Amino acid sequence: MELTGAEIVVRCLAEEGAEFVFGYPGGAVLNIYDEVFKQNKFKHVLVRHEQAAVHAADGYARATGRTGIALVTSGPGATNAVTGIATAYMDSIPLVVISGQVPTAAIGMDAFQEVDMVGITRPCVKHNFLVKDVKDLAETIKKAFYLASTGRPGPVVVDIPKDVTQHKTDFVYPKKVTMRSYNPVIKGHPGQVKRAVQMILEAKRPMFYTGGGVVLSNAAEELTQLTRQLGFPITSTLMGLGGYPATDPLFTGMLGMHGTYEANMAMQHCDVLIAIGARFDDRVIGNPEHFFQDGRRIIHIDIDPTSIAKRVKVDVPIVGNVKDVLAEMNKLIQASKEKPDRAALKTWWTQIELWRSQDCMKYDRDSSLIKPQYVIEKLHQVTRGDAYVTSDVGQHQMWAAQYYKFDQPRRWINSGGLGTMGFGLPAAMGVQFAHPESMVACVTGEGSIQMNIQELSTCKQFNLPLKIILLNNRYLGMVRQWQEFFYGNRYAESYMDALPDFAKLAESYGHVGMKIEKPEDVEGALKEAFDMKDRLVFMNFITDQKENVFPMIPAGKGLSEMILV
Amino acid sequence: MENEAGALSRVAGLFSARGYNIESLTVAPTEDATLSRMTIVTRGSDDVIEQITKQLNKLIDVVKVVDLSEAGHIERELMLVKVRAEGDSREEMKRMSDIFRGRIVDVTDKTYTIELTGAGYKLDAFLEALDKDAILETVRTGASGIGRGDRMLKV
Repeated sequence: MELTGAEIVVRCLAEEGAEFVFGYPGGAVLNIYDEVFKQNKFKHVLVRHEQAAVHAADGYARATGRTGIALVTSGPGATNAVTGIATAYMDSIPLVVISGQVPTAAIGMDAFQEVDMVGITRPCVKHNFLVKDVKDLAETIKKAFYLASTGRPGPVVVDIPKDVTQHKTDFVYPKKVTMRSYNPVIKGHPGQVKRAVQMILEAKRPMFYTGGGVVLSNAAEELTQLTRQLGFPITSTLMGLGGYPATDPLFTGMLGMHGTYEANMAMQHCDVLIAIGARFDDRVIGNPEHFFQDGRRIIHIDIDPTSIAKRVKVDVPIVGNVKDVLAEMNKLIQASKEKPDRAALKTWWTQIELWRSQDCMKYDRDSSLIKPQYVIEKLHQVTRGDAYVTSDVGQHQMWAAQYYKFDQPRRWINSGGLGTMGFGLPAAMGVQFAHPESMVACVTGEGSIQMNIQELSTCKQFNLPLKIILLNNRYLGMVRQWQEFFYGNRYAESYMDALPDFAKLAESYGHVGMKIEKPEDVEGALKEAFDMKDRLVFMNFITDQKENVFPMIPAGKGLSEMILV
Repeated sequence: MENEAGALSRVAGLFSARGYNIESLTVAPTEDATLSRMTIVTRGSDDVIEQITKQLNKLIDVVKVVDLSEAGHIERELMLVKVRAEGDSREEMKRMSDIFRGRIVDVTDKTYTIELTGAGYKLDAFLEALDKDAILETVRTGASGIGRGDRMLKV
């Protein structure tokens, strides 16, 4: 059957089982939008800024494990999407972004609303395509979805010139694609896995260090089984939270620049480190020289070979899908006659409990000002730890990660790698579309929320009952903290002047606005907000301006050189 | 790599984005028109070379990567040099060219253009051997390489 390029795009998305497409129309994509209008297989969500379209698709992908889809026009539409694409790239999120392009004859002629999208996004996508011939369109879209969702996931851009959307060809949607240049490894090398298991059973002070790869691989069950059968301490990066239940006693808390004292000390002093789906990022390791002054043997499981031995030398590298490798390890350990050294493990745990007794997460609970940590604790309590929590970037993000105990994966949705302010609200929209019956909270700051505040309009159009938890300290908190610690209190451009009356602003968009100024009102306000199951509630918590995030590892310092409260 | 538009840019972009240096680069289609072969000369520690190899493999367009310097290989580069060749120096210049097994491919009453192929160090040596003011213009292709014996880079 002969179809136009635009019809093909829409049919391909339906073939891929698309539920939602987040987008914003424009000249180059008008033909596609005409077909979107005529079809009824998927729902199009009109946002108010292309950056939000990509963040919403991203939030949807993080909350479901499915590939998010965004549709933007050429030129400024495409460039607006770039921040969202780079955000997804840094956190390895499966997305397909379709961008319009000027007609093929106009490419390279500085046409109206033309940009070299393939050139601009080259460094921040897993791959991109410019479709010059409508005959290649269906196969390209199939390839795009295949690349986005396999191996180490990532965003794929498909740039489609307007005339290609008008040309006709026979439509055949390939059942599968094979690419000779792309063959992601799934199963770990059996010899390496055996060596790793051997090293694990011989460990005296073992430590599990887990990251976003556990969540992306849907390996929470295998990880939980592995950790519990061994009784080893476990920590998680910012991106891995929820991969292992945070309320479980084996969990030592998040590690890294704002990680707990016990997690960082255990990471520094362990003798066998098992890294699973994590990449030894600079926010986690601190000063590399300091990290290596205490020798330890390292096992590293990751699906991407470039992540292994990039920053640290490892003893047993295992390239493979985390889920499959852990399942294999579970089998070997259960079958093994050897068991871990009980006595050594007991001594190790005694040491860890000693570190834990520092109570590094304590804060002043008697203050007459609202403490941001308190708001997050109450949020956890009121939502019974069962909400989806998205976040923007800064102090509020760290407190949300530290004080909301995530017991399940795909509940904590934040921009870790790129650290994009403005991510929280549009991502929350994507999450709510994915889980319409669930509680979705967006923890944010006054700087971040204003970056995509226009999405309050999208929320109204689609009746998204999000709960926005604004921790308002009238400062760019994280910047102010660094300026206090390292720049002699010279608060350059970090004071937030001329803030709007957020409650009134929310109301002007048709939502419920609240302002909370006293600690005793926090719990009641949260309960009231979450009881409103069909309204978006914008909660402006006026918090203590002087609060800082602790513990903190200053730049250039080692894991055990934390500043404590 | 796949012989697709933009494949070269991806490789060049990778090197520049990650801060690896490209000393020379040459690329052309192979006997299989859907594939092109690129040879890059780069410098770095073992760890850096390992990362470069892995990062190249990660590129979707790249089918296979081999480090030729790991085993016996043949390296060849082409150079065209335009030299001053007047009066007495004409004979000397022709002799130099013969010694290096070069060929004179263009002649005027004042200049020769010499074509030279060989490993990079042979081309360097030729330029070193000439008088600095004799060299008018040089253009080099960058090295291409192939493994010795049965060692083959095939898809």
